[in-house]
Amino acid sequence: MPSREEVERQIASLPRHAQPPVRELGRRSEAAEHPFKRPAPAAPAEIGGAIDTLGHAPLALVGKVGRREEVVAACELARALGIHAGMAATHARALASELDFRPAEPEADAHLLDRLALLAVRRWSPVASATPPDGLWLDLTGCAHLHGGEEHFARRLRAFCRRAGFTARVAIADTPGAAHALARFAPADITLVAPGETARALSLLPVAALRLEGSALVAARRFGFETIGDLLPVARGPLARRLGLAAITRLDQALGSVAEPIVPREDVAMPLVERRLLEPIGTAEAIAQVMQDLVGDLVEVLQARGLGARSLRLIGLRVDGGEQVVAIGTSRPTREAAHLLRLLKLRIERIDPGMGLEQFRLAAPHTEPLDAVSFGTVLSGESIVHDPARLVDVVAGRIGERAVFRIAPVPSHVPERAVQRADPVEAPGDWPPWCRPVRLFLRPEPLWAVIALLPDQPPRRFEWRGTAHKVVAGDGPERIHGEWWRRDAEVWAVRDYFRVEDEEGGRFWVFRRGDGMHQDTGDLSWWIHGVFA
Amino acid sequence: MPAAPDPLPDSIARLKAMASAAVDCRMLPFGIPALDGRLAGGGLRAGALHEVAGRSCSLSDDAAATLFLAGIAAREAQGSGRPALWVSSRVDLYAPGLAQAGLSAARVIHAQPRDDHALLAVVEDALRDGTPSAVVAEAGKVSMVATRRLQLAAAEADIPVLLLRRRRARDRDPFAEPSAAWTRWWIATAPSERLDVAGVGRPRWSVELARQRGGEPFSLIVEGCDETGRLAVPAAPRRRAAEAAGTARSAAA
Repeated sequence: MPSREEVERQIASLPRHAQPPVRELGRRSEAAEHPFKRPAPAAPAEIGGAIDTLGHAPLALVGKVGRREEVVAACELARALGIHAGMAATHARALASELDFRPAEPEADAHLLDRLALLAVRRWSPVASATPPDGLWLDLTGCAHLHGGEEHFARRLRAFCRRAGFTARVAIADTPGAAHALARFAPADITLVAPGETARALSLLPVAALRLEGSALVAARRFGFETIGDLLPVARGPLARRLGLAAITRLDQALGSVAEPIVPREDVAMPLVERRLLEPIGTAEAIAQVMQDLVGDLVEVLQARGLGARSLRLIGLRVDGGEQVVAIGTSRPTREAAHLLRLLKLRIERIDPGMGLEQFRLAAPHTEPLDAVSFGTVLSGESIVHDPARLVDVVAGRIGERAVFRIAPVPSHVPERAVQRADPVEAPGDWPPWCRPVRLFLRPEPLWAVIALLPDQPPRRFEWRGTAHKVVAGDGPERIHGEWWRRDAEVWAVRDYFRVEDEEGGRFWVFRRGDGMHQDTGDLSWWIHGVFA
Repeated sequence: MPAAPDPLPDSIARLKAMASAAVDCRMLPFGIPALDGRLAGGGLRAGALHEVAGRSCSLSDDAAATLFLAGIAAREAQGSGRPALWVSSRVDLYAPGLAQAGLSAARVIHAQPRDDHALLAVVEDALRDGTPSAVVAEAGKVSMVATRRLQLAAAEADIPVLLLRRRRARDRDPFAEPSAAWTRWWIATAPSERLDVAGVGRPRWSVELARQRGGEPFSLIVEGCDETGRLAVPAAPRRRAAEAAGTARSAAA
């Protein structure tokens, strides 16, 4: 029996939420709680300290289960507050006001899990599949030695998941069912079961580890089956009658007497063509020739699969073992050989042949379906709308994707906010037909020595960039109010814009801050914002 | 054994056709007899390089030159249904203003290269691609070799290249160095007609053709682009008859 100090030290080393209530520490003077009551949540003050150390508020995901909103998942901090999955959302909110509630996104979770499965197929084992909602199956048969043995692999897998931001538990067993159970219910984070030891490893786990239906679980509880070990000695017939046939199948699957094949996540192979050269090459012309051959091959592959390439990657293997990689992207799926070739040729200068390149691979990492499209009613006289995607690709290949754009309207009265850069391929809408200059200054420039009648006459004269302009005609004002929902400073701000023409015929867009009546709309200073033709 | 046909005469004929003011190539008329009548071939040649600069270094003249080009590009984009490409390293172009000259957001794609070198490469790439209906480029320094390349590429693609020559210094003539451009234009703002009511009338530009192949230089006052990019001749000049009548400037070439 450990001494009292030892027990106290052990208790102190436990995390706050796992420490037993005070009553169990032996203070009999306090009122004892009901023995079947859920352990009381830790005091909020203590959790407050924990929030600071972890850097985020306790988080719980809320989703709809049946017809009620309930907590679907809770983080460790939230669990320490007494929030657990299956609790009504309102109950959880009442328990902890500082809880960070977010809606659960099962589709996004499933998508992420699918991506993980794909990664597993590419990286660890050709047979891998996702087990919704939260698991992965990998068939390690014949693969474990590639990753340094099962134990090493399990540790690497866990380290990978931690880097990727997941908390992972790994179990390796003879059957997928046993691994599924052990990964979720075994005491350790990493469980390795030696071949043939499955039944012993499983016997200590609760019945729920067998992926049973809710009714079978209820029945198992009623008949006193707590662990899987309780099920093993029972005769099959009576067990099937009590728990249902599905439960028996699950048990057999876990023990290996019923096969449960893993349906692997299919990895659609990337279109890839390759050319090996008799002699290493180094000149631009030779590389261009290889590019032409490779693009021809790849276009055939794409044609056969009905795909169009959105990106291409050309990998050249150098004699000294180095790799030269160039990549291109297109704005629409295409398999037009001449176009792809021209884009690739723009990148030739980025290839460093070194002592020579002896092997080339051309892959299309990103493809999209490309089928015949309707030609429209050309015969009836409708004009063809030319697709600018090819032009966009060519220019983007030369100066970068961000440097090619369309300018699209933004619903805003403020001139400098009415435009934004947009996707160059899609045709944007149009602006309202208010008179606007063709050149707009990034920042309005101040005007000096302005003579204008208040409140709403255009200036008679002004000086700008050291030159005096005498105004002969003016239109305005066009009053533009600040957007109060953006900044506090714009709540009352007003600009009165005028279009003025000077003696030489120069037409300018000038504005006055303030409406000339109220002090808080602006300071009545004059600015020039743009130039008309 | 019959001798292989000599390819030389063919290519010489092609080069001659490319370099001469041939009448059978496509033309872009302005739709103004006063302007088209004085241009060789009855309009701007479609597959050619045209250079435009502001008459003075003022921003108004620069804006007028910009809109002059925008109007040409807009009419071409409207006719062909293909977008125009606007290549510029500057950031002060205001798209709603362009849209009011007929070059709406759906008809123009912008490209913003870092420098003039990349700009010329982009223009040439776009010409070789053949998709744009017109290419407008704003460039400062363009060498004779570069203009010749652009002119040849434009002739091959049959796409107009409209080069807005920016001034690199306050009193430096952008047309001082020679160029292979088909036409060179000076554009300046002119006082608009005074209306009977308060307000600014339709803008007027003084358009001066400094040089054209196969034709004489001239100058003219026109009214600025409307919303379809069309110019107009001032109607019935009452007060400024002298300005509307063209005076040739033989010194500029």
